[in-house]
Amino acid sequence: MAEQTATRQITVPLMADLAAKGEEPEILFWVGCAGAFDDRYKRVTRAFVRILEHVGVKYAVLGMEETCTGDPAKRAGNEFLFQMQAMQNITTFEGYGVKKIVTACPHCFNTIKNEYPALGGNYEVIHHSTFLQQLINEGRVGMAGGGEFKGQRITFHDSCYLGRSNNIYEAPRDVLAALDADLVEMKRSKANGLCCGAGGAQMWKEPEPGKKDINVERTEEALAALDGNAAALASLNGVESGNAGATPAPRNGQQSSIIAVSCPFCMTMMSDGVKNKERENNVQVFDIAELIATAEGLG
Amino acid sequence: MLVAVAGFGLFAWQARKIRANILVGRDRDMSGNVSERLSKTLLVAFGQQKMFKRLTPAFLHLIVYVGFIVINVEVIEIMIDGLFGTHRVLSFLGPLYSLLVGANEILGALVIVAVVAFWWRRNVGVVRRFTGPELRMWPKLDANIILYVEVILMVALYTMNSADLKLHQLEGVELPGAYPISSLLTGLLPANVAVLHGLERLGWWAHIVGILLFLNYLPSSKHFHIIMAFPNVYYSRLVPQGQFSNVDSITHEVKAMMDPSYQVPPPATNPDGSVAAPTPFGAKDVDDLAWTTLLNSYSCTECGRCTAVCPANITGKLLSPRKIIMDTRDRVEEKYNAPLIFQPNLYGTEAKHAETEVLSKENHTLLRGYVTPEELWACTTCNACVEACPVNINPLESIIEMRRFLVLEESAAPNSLNVMFSNIENNGAPWAFSPSDRFNWADELFVAEKA
Repeated sequence: MAEQTATRQITVPLMADLAAKGEEPEILFWVGCAGAFDDRYKRVTRAFVRILEHVGVKYAVLGMEETCTGDPAKRAGNEFLFQMQAMQNITTFEGYGVKKIVTACPHCFNTIKNEYPALGGNYEVIHHSTFLQQLINEGRVGMAGGGEFKGQRITFHDSCYLGRSNNIYEAPRDVLAALDADLVEMKRSKANGLCCGAGGAQMWKEPEPGKKDINVERTEEALAALDGNAAALASLNGVESGNAGATPAPRNGQQSSIIAVSCPFCMTMMSDGVKNKERENNVQVFDIAELIATAEGLG
Repeated sequence: MLVAVAGFGLFAWQARKIRANILVGRDRDMSGNVSERLSKTLLVAFGQQKMFKRLTPAFLHLIVYVGFIVINVEVIEIMIDGLFGTHRVLSFLGPLYSLLVGANEILGALVIVAVVAFWWRRNVGVVRRFTGPELRMWPKLDANIILYVEVILMVALYTMNSADLKLHQLEGVELPGAYPISSLLTGLLPANVAVLHGLERLGWWAHIVGILLFLNYLPSSKHFHIIMAFPNVYYSRLVPQGQFSNVDSITHEVKAMMDPSYQVPPPATNPDGSVAAPTPFGAKDVDDLAWTTLLNSYSCTECGRCTAVCPANITGKLLSPRKIIMDTRDRVEEKYNAPLIFQPNLYGTEAKHAETEVLSKENHTLLRGYVTPEELWACTTCNACVEACPVNINPLESIIEMRRFLVLEESAAPNSLNVMFSNIENNGAPWAFSPSDRFNWADELFVAEKA
């Protein structure tokens, strides 16, 4: 693709290096454990850094100085471990005089934004969906490549820790709207969205005995929305009539379509769900940052 | 007069005991933000904002709610008439009185229609959330009793009005007020003055005694929500739903560990000056929960919107947020005041538990005796239950408090979660990756340059 575009290697700036030079970045990009270690989500981290480089925001990361925010420990009831982690991170933030933090993980976002203040850490914390929305609104990301996703059917899966937890519903949708794609909503969306099944430390344990896995229920709903399959939707246990939103127009289930997410755990759960339903051949799961980076032609 | 004093007196006695029950909960400062709290109460409690997420029940409920409020104005009149021997004392209001009585008549009919619809939805079984193990036996009966009583009260009102109307017609005197429904019913009544008079008195007494009995039934019933919803919404959390409570005692410990010069505040003392026993981390029983959580349990009308949206429940797990709230109320009434004339809520803990649920016989506390770890560990903390509750009950808070007890006091987390904890402690990440690999994602990273 685009043979004439040159590529440039990125040296991701570290807070420690900037501080040594007496410089301060505009934002700290908090990568998060999934963003740093999970092979799939590392691609999201890299896509987001490409966007940061592309628009020329002065940013830095903590690199090896980053450590878990404590979110999974807190949700699992281990308040002691949570606070140990939080204090350690707050000490790091204070050491660098951090003021503004951007992260691609809704769990890190919620924890630092809402739960660190009680422990003495007060920062402006922004989720990457809001950050991307701002870049688009300011015209700094303009879909130069364009057309990549034109007409492609995309449905957005709300992350609980972005949506219900922090009332951010429109930012990721605004970002997707910039793609000029065929956006469809699931029956349970926004405040009524169904969890992917990974929150509350479920990511690290097997589910309790039941009839079905939550991510399968959610993926079935996403596929029904993408296919416009009203019958499949009606057979889902939790979708009650009277919920807002009509079923999208039916289409051939062979056309390729996308489930968009904005959370590393949703990414894992929805990807596993798509595999479970054997639809990997035509349904892909992407983070909104990856879609923007692709549409911008950032490689 | 006697009946009224007895009715209200008994209710006050019951209300005091419930207040005491709620106050066994842990302290939580909910003062301040009065204007925000009031506007929330106005919107969510008076305005029923969150009911309108589901339109059909919202309209049916609105009819009964408005009917309840407007018809109660007539109840005031009935009271005054009864105490002072007057007859339709508010009739001096003239056209306004006609409007009031006319509105009551029409609302009464709509209430009956709504109640029939409610009964149908609940008993003929088209709504999944009215099923479930916790909604058998007393809770099911309770829900139907409420519907029957509402119909009886409406019938009493019509008996009184139509008999009164016919009496006046026979005497050739005009009865003040408008009676669009009762005027249709007069034909059904005998033209006997004594019988009519008796019927009018019967309707009058049935309505007033019925309402006073119902008032005293409330504390035993889910129908208590008609009162408790208001303080419950007023005292609901104002912070983002994703913000879980901080455990301050742990903060002191952690700060002391990181900074030896940190001064831990002195432990709480009893009124007599002795050092109070330290409170456990998290919640094992109802008195370990915040008082607002206990207030929650008295505000629950068991509608099951929380359970209907719970991802764990939808996919067949044991967890039902509604059941945890119902368990909390049952347990506080078992352990503390059973304030009720009768104790229907204490119907045996097994009754409303699924067959697959294993309750502990030795630990008869909220945790294990009512709510099992299996339920608690099935929660994804997604806040769907919190979002769904029309009266701002927060089941998630109890779940987290009980998880805290399991982890911090009993070290009883599932093994895989213990592995996650030790990964965080040792590697700074919930997975077993080496911290030295944390920055590897940035290797060989290229970006396309603009031409």
